[in-house]
Amino acid sequence: MRLMLCLAAGVVVLFVVSLLTGPAEIGARDSLRALVAGGDDPVAMVMREIRLPRALLALMIGGSLGLAGAAMQGYLRNPLADPGLIGVSGSAALGAVLSIQTGVAGAVAFALPASALAGALIGVFAVLALAGPRGSALTLILAGIAISALAGALTSLVLNLSPNPFAANEIVFWMMGSLADRSMVHVGIALPFIAIGAVMLARLARGLDALTLGEDAAAAMGIDLKRLRLGLIVGTAAVVGASTAVAGAIGFVGLVVPHILRPFVGARPGALLWASTLGGAIMLLAADIAVRLILPERDLKLGVLTALVGAPLFLHLIYSTRRDGL
Amino acid sequence: MSVRISDLLKRGAAAACLAVATATAVCAQIPARVVSINLCTDQLAMLLAAPGQLVSVSRIALDPRVSAMAEQAEDYQINAGRAEEVHVMRPDVVLAGMYSSRETVALLRRLGIEVVQFDIVKSLDDVPRHLAEMGTALGREARAAQMISEFESGLAALRSDLEAVQQDRPRAALYYANGYTSGDQSLAGEILAAAGLRNAPAEAGYEWGILPLEMLAMINPDMTITARRYPGGSRAEEIMDHPVIEGLRGQVGRTALTDQDWVCGTPFVLRAISDMAAARRALGADG
Repeated sequence: MRLMLCLAAGVVVLFVVSLLTGPAEIGARDSLRALVAGGDDPVAMVMREIRLPRALLALMIGGSLGLAGAAMQGYLRNPLADPGLIGVSGSAALGAVLSIQTGVAGAVAFALPASALAGALIGVFAVLALAGPRGSALTLILAGIAISALAGALTSLVLNLSPNPFAANEIVFWMMGSLADRSMVHVGIALPFIAIGAVMLARLARGLDALTLGEDAAAAMGIDLKRLRLGLIVGTAAVVGASTAVAGAIGFVGLVVPHILRPFVGARPGALLWASTLGGAIMLLAADIAVRLILPERDLKLGVLTALVGAPLFLHLIYSTRRDGL
Repeated sequence: MSVRISDLLKRGAAAACLAVATATAVCAQIPARVVSINLCTDQLAMLLAAPGQLVSVSRIALDPRVSAMAEQAEDYQINAGRAEEVHVMRPDVVLAGMYSSRETVALLRRLGIEVVQFDIVKSLDDVPRHLAEMGTALGREARAAQMISEFESGLAALRSDLEAVQQDRPRAALYYANGYTSGDQSLAGEILAAAGLRNAPAEAGYEWGILPLEMLAMINPDMTITARRYPGGSRAEEIMDHPVIEGLRGQVGRTALTDQDWVCGTPFVLRAISDMAAARRALGADG
């Protein structure tokens, strides 16, 4: 309970700081007043149309990635599972890029998150099929590397074939992710998918807790393992797909956050779900504030910061799983 | 070694020709076969070359989004700016931009082909200068002089229209893909000024480079001028559809950049200026 209050307080503080961060130097009181009051003046426009969607997206997407990471790690009983590392984000980016370049996304707004979801689904299925239900940490990571590499190469190919001269420069956005200059339109198209996916993942809590005792014990406790697996796959694809569709692939959030919070929830995967949701929101809000403070006018990619934090931890996890002889 | 020396002599002669624009007699040899590998030299050469003199223009000259002479370009052989294909055309002179591939230019020169490079146009004053340089390079000084006087009288006419609207000039903002803007010291900035518009981001201290969307909203210009879209979609161009810009445009009506007239320092910039002046008058009528 104390953990939840601490995390929730952290989310609220960072959300407000995010709203107050930007190149237009507006006082804290003025900006918050304009945010609430609205109107046609420039300050209200900055607050409502630029900073609010940015902060909301960081909250939603960070929460999604934390939640998806915790759910995958719980289901696979493997601390190395992260939607970015195992290629789900990469496949979602491929789906998003295809819908933009074929013009479908321009015609129907929801086509963008939907096709990213389809890409993510294919990615999750492929990785889980390659790694097998009880695959070792090593097979999972190898399958993830293969799917990531393939999805990344196809994304680059599609962008290079585009008739649009700007498209090829956006490979880095799809690989590293950014929240710069997003709008309420993006919040609107991502939110339904993220909400549905998050509910599906949250309902896995009891099943994931039971699964710590082994699959047979979980089945004996009345957990439908097939439904659990389906909920995990579709829920993960929905939250990661919608997140990637509007912000690009942001890695390592789903790896770092559950790892840090696991000891605080007594290693129960069910409790780790909500804790990681809040923790993921904190991590992405903080990263998105940092990119605006470090290089205010350059659009430093979020994935750069999350990887700088996440990659050393990833190496540490590989080292400790090897030591444990897994 | 002998090849190099003759090459140097040839280049020296070409430089002398360029320097003394009027001294046509000195440059006895007028190039019979000319190949252009840069969008802007393509257009200048199409405007000035004698029939049959210009052999080939670059592929981009066919693209109506950036080329003001896309139709005319169809009458020429098309090149992709590679040294090998240019060499095969056996040109006497190759026209290139200052930022054309350094390797291509160096290779063509090593092959003994004269390459004349043109700098980027940064102001309206550069336009007559480039016309004169192109006239010299092609040995078409008379045609160039005629076009320069047409350009200068056209510009003077547009500027005299302007004297009436010295006060109360609308504040415009140039806002391109990726959030780039252009300051006063640029061709686009001078087009705005000549059309009787103030460059609002430049007044707020933004020269060529990224203008954060937030700052554009704070500057709150009367008119936002964006670039024409390419097919296929990109995140870079999506910024021009952001609700903030829709909101800014909603107040005053939308003005799209007619890109092909703005890209190069050719007499077509006069068309860009009169388009912008028309947009300014429409704005005044609405307000």
